[in-house]
Amino acid sequence: MTFSSADCEPDKPEYYLEACDLTCVRDDQVLFDGLNFRIGSKQVLLIEGKNGSGKTSLLRILCGLGLQDGGEVKWCGESIERLGAGYHQHLAYVGHHDGIKRDLTVLENLHMAQALDQPGRLTIDQALEKVNLWGYEDVQAHALSAGQRRRLALARLLVTDNCLWILDEPFTAMDKEGIADFERLIATHTAHGGLVVLTSHHSLNCDGADVQRIDLS
Amino acid sequence: MKQVVCMKRRSTLNAFYFLLKRDLILNFRRRAEIANPLLFFVIVITLFPLGVGAKPQLLQSMAPGVIWVAALLAAMLSLDRIFRSDFEDGSLEQLLLSAHPVSVLVLAKVAAHWLVTGLPLLVVAPLLAVLLGLPVDAMGVLVVTLLLGTPVLSLVGAIGVALTVGLRRGGIILSLLVLPLYIPVLIFASNAVDMAAGGLPVTAQLSMLAAFLALALALAPWPAAAALRISLS
Repeated sequence: MTFSSADCEPDKPEYYLEACDLTCVRDDQVLFDGLNFRIGSKQVLLIEGKNGSGKTSLLRILCGLGLQDGGEVKWCGESIERLGAGYHQHLAYVGHHDGIKRDLTVLENLHMAQALDQPGRLTIDQALEKVNLWGYEDVQAHALSAGQRRRLALARLLVTDNCLWILDEPFTAMDKEGIADFERLIATHTAHGGLVVLTSHHSLNCDGADVQRIDLS
Repeated sequence: MKQVVCMKRRSTLNAFYFLLKRDLILNFRRRAEIANPLLFFVIVITLFPLGVGAKPQLLQSMAPGVIWVAALLAAMLSLDRIFRSDFEDGSLEQLLLSAHPVSVLVLAKVAAHWLVTGLPLLVVAPLLAVLLGLPVDAMGVLVVTLLLGTPVLSLVGAIGVALTVGLRRGGIILSLLVLPLYIPVLIFASNAVDMAAGGLPVTAQLSMLAAFLALALALAPWPAAAALRISLS
């Protein structure tokens, strides 16, 4: 499983994600219109805006899950619709629903995540240590607290090999320590050439990361 | 390059296997829910002799139809579960965003669904057939029709579920969508059992059922995958 593990190395060609003239209309309400941005390797895009301003809609469009009402999302210059799985193999998404199976143990959840993508730089043990879930391997996810489940969802990012992370409110329900830990992980990821797009109501303190901001309200 | 393609194929098989295993584990941890359609199947069939009365001849001639209608309704009862919980907890988004073809993952989920809802019917159907007085000669054919027919119900049903999973009350639409597609299976399968009970050859009916299965196996995963994309957008 080494053929794509070097994808995020700094000496590899740069990846970039572009939005060209994105428009999104929901229930006759224009959420955003003519949105343009471009982020490349080692950059973080923080999407801000009040509730209902279309942050989640934008993230789902960037993933290729939602449909835009105009414009295009491009990955390395190619439309993501055309790339399909070729785009998804670079992408990890943690959405509003965390995608954690409540009846599976922590370990089983992460094994599944690895099977769906390529195994990443960190082993499952290392990732659990990073998100402070060490010792919970055999606990079923429904027995975890909301914050711990969030950490588990974020651990999924670490055990798979994806250079683009798209995160919807990753800090929800997490304690201060967890937020600080995760900000460090974002900084490490971007330092390795990764890209991060996230929405958050918290201010983001990522030392050394190049953070761009978009305000949708 | 060739090596990369080869590894990708292997990892897709790996994903299929893991998803199948995951769904089986999940179903095993919620045993009460699996028992539901099976219990329904058993209850419907055992109620028939009570309702119809002690008329062995009538029960015997009704047996193929009764068993198959009950199997069809039991399958419909459990259909919604193929994607519902995955939709609710966001796992479905993760499946759609994985690096593997969604149709393969859909096939894994349908296979798991059939193993926990279709296969048990095969095991209890002969016992219930005895209850209804179906001749022993037709027993083998009954099991074969269920073996060929119930996977078709799961596969075709998966398309319907994929289309309606995003709706809050998709139950009725699901039945309306899927039921017409189930009818050919019902006709050929119950006819085959009927013929076998009368000692007539059933190769034609069984061949048709096998053809349905081959067709559904080859074609159903793609529309189901496309329908999931639509449901989630």
